[in-house]
Amino acid sequence: MLGLDKKNSALLLIVIALTVFAPFLMNPFPQSSGLAQFNAGYPDLMQRFVIFGIFAIGFNILFGLTGYLSFGHAAFLGVGSYAAVWMFKLLSMNIVPAIVLSVIVAGLFSLLIGFISLRRSGIYFSILTLAFAQMSFALAYSVLTPLTNGETGLQVYNDDPQILLGNGPTVTHLFGFEMNSTSTLALGDWAFQFNMGYYVSAVMMVLAFYLSMRIFNSPFGLMLRAIKTNQTRLNYTGVSTRPYTLAAFVISGMYAGLAGGLMASMDPLAGAERMQWTASGEVVLMVILGGAGTLIGPILGAGFIKYFENIFSKINENVLHGWFAALPDGLENAIVWVLHFFVGKGWHLTLGLLFMLIVIFLPGGLVEGGQRIGRLFKRKKSGDDASNTKPAE
Amino acid sequence: MNILEVKGVSKRFGGLQALGDVNLNVQKNTVHAIIGPNGAGKSTLLNCFVGKLIPDSGSVMFDGQSVLGKKPHQINQMGISRVFQTPEIFTDLTVMENMMIPCLAHRDGAFEMNAMVSLAGQKDIQEKAEEALADMGMADKRHMEASAMSRGDKRRLEIAMCLAQEPRLLLLDEPTAGMARADTNNTIDLLKQIKETHDITIAIIEHDMHVVFSLSERITVLAQGTPLVEDTPDNIKGHPKVREAYLGEAQV
Ligand SMILES: Nc1ncnc2c1ncn2[C@@H]1O[C@H](COP(=O)(O)OP(=O)(O)OP(=O)(O)O)[C@@H](O)[C@H]1O
Ligand SMILES: [Mg+2]
Repeated sequence: MLGLDKKNSALLLIVIALTVFAPFLMNPFPQSSGLAQFNAGYPDLMQRFVIFGIFAIGFNILFGLTGYLSFGHAAFLGVGSYAAVWMFKLLSMNIVPAIVLSVIVAGLFSLLIGFISLRRSGIYFSILTLAFAQMSFALAYSVLTPLTNGETGLQVYNDDPQILLGNGPTVTHLFGFEMNSTSTLALGDWAFQFNMGYYVSAVMMVLAFYLSMRIFNSPFGLMLRAIKTNQTRLNYTGVSTRPYTLAAFVISGMYAGLAGGLMASMDPLAGAERMQWTASGEVVLMVILGGAGTLIGPILGAGFIKYFENIFSKINENVLHGWFAALPDGLENAIVWVLHFFVGKGWHLTLGLLFMLIVIFLPGGLVEGGQRIGRLFKRKKSGDDASNTKPAE
Repeated sequence: MNILEVKGVSKRFGGLQALGDVNLNVQKNTVHAIIGPNGAGKSTLLNCFVGKLIPDSGSVMFDGQSVLGKKPHQINQMGISRVFQTPEIFTDLTVMENMMIPCLAHRDGAFEMNAMVSLAGQKDIQEKAEEALADMGMADKRHMEASAMSRGDKRRLEIAMCLAQEPRLLLLDEPTAGMARADTNNTIDLLKQIKETHDITIAIIEHDMHVVFSLSERITVLAQGTPLVEDTPDNIKGHPKVREAYLGEAQV
């Protein structure tokens, strides 16, 4: 299907199904139940899942395939957002020109930074990308205020030119379909929300995923994996590694730009904090957590981290007291005291612990976890078969 | 006709004169061995052929073209392939993937942005790689991860990868170092077979005199960075200077 083999076609269909039915899948708990706070089927959260999914899929093409660890990819996401908001200010609220420009600008910017940073490899490459990203952050935050509106962040004002606006919508839209329009399906104690912005972003993520599959299975993808394994052999096999790494860098930069453009399309704002090194580090965590170099890993990692960020950070001490109210007071207080470090503002602590556990016990990330569980079932099955056939013999 | 012409090549490492005024001609379609005691400068010389090192002076001409100042991948694309002392292969990739890379590099050159075509759909590459593996008797290992192979197999794979590029000059730096006798003999047979079936020149650095005398048609003896003699194996065997500089200590 579409130039993919059977296995990859199946994977693509699974990803499509998951994104289409996400409003149901993310909302499994009835609203009145205590577990409702673990629901994630809200438009803005689901948008973040798929947008960061795109960011991570792109980052994986660089890091997962070539092993070059960039600590500066948030810069490309940031310039993508700024480019998109400028399109809203100058043209109209249609997201198409915004997204196109964000990808182009991020591509050019990553070409420049990649060209310089890829003169080095290993830790020096990482440090160079980090330095560039921090410079970009500083530029956006203060030096280039006319372009970025500094601390306040870039946004759309009434007196902006918006030469193509006419009578069109004043919120972001795709040829009239407004990004913030949501229809709700009430089914008993459930309320499923279907948001235009989410579905637009989801379509982009599926496309991004499909492209990454094609890249993984191409001769180009094989060369990238060869770079990760043995650059010396590759050089002495007549392959110039620099254009390959640069191409991978620019492709992943364009993915980041697309993510930034979509982010601004969901909410027409762009701030310098999107470029900060913590944001660059987050995408590294996503890819490693999900499984670097695997196809589906980055999406899983992005979903995992965004889920924790949004759900665990909402749980506070009152919620905890609610959960453990049935216990004797002393015990309840003790448990709540321990747990409160790990939720609310402490969600980073939980994430950090999980990250450590995964890196130590599942170096291949969540994907490896899934594979191990899969193998366990297979072994059990074949074990059953064996014991079934024996008596018959 | 000479395929490789080395004139007046010298190379210093700080205070050490690793190569001093080396002249060497390798004739087309021969096996030429370079021997000499440890530290004689053999690897240094070879590194000057492939772009890893740039000599301080002198010239290295391959088939009438200078290789000096060119990058390793450019020199490789000119037709020189190199086998390393410890096999350099793509350990994380499968044997088949290892084999496809030189086939791709041979067909597409140093860089090709073919990110939207399917590797499985590259029938010419697939066939060529399968054939090369079959020639080495490795067809059954094609889905194996290369790191899981034995050392002898890794060496054979590396040689097969080099051959898949259809090089005109194959350079080998101590290909049998650290190998068991059986593996060494296999390698000798393999190289003999390659020499017969390919239109190829082989330059080999080797300490094992059994390998050297089984394979080579010309031998250059290098000592302290300068060629001592160059002659046929029979003449080298009895050469007094060589015995003194090299064979005396190797006890052949
Ligand atoms: N990169 C380098 N920097 C400094 N000195 C070097 C370098 N490479 C080689 N040498 C020195 O140059 C001399 C020649 O080394 P080379 O490796 O060419 O010898 P060789 O003939 O290959 O020896 P062996 O048989 O042990 O492999 C040695 O004394 C070595 O220590
Ligand atoms: Mg040596």
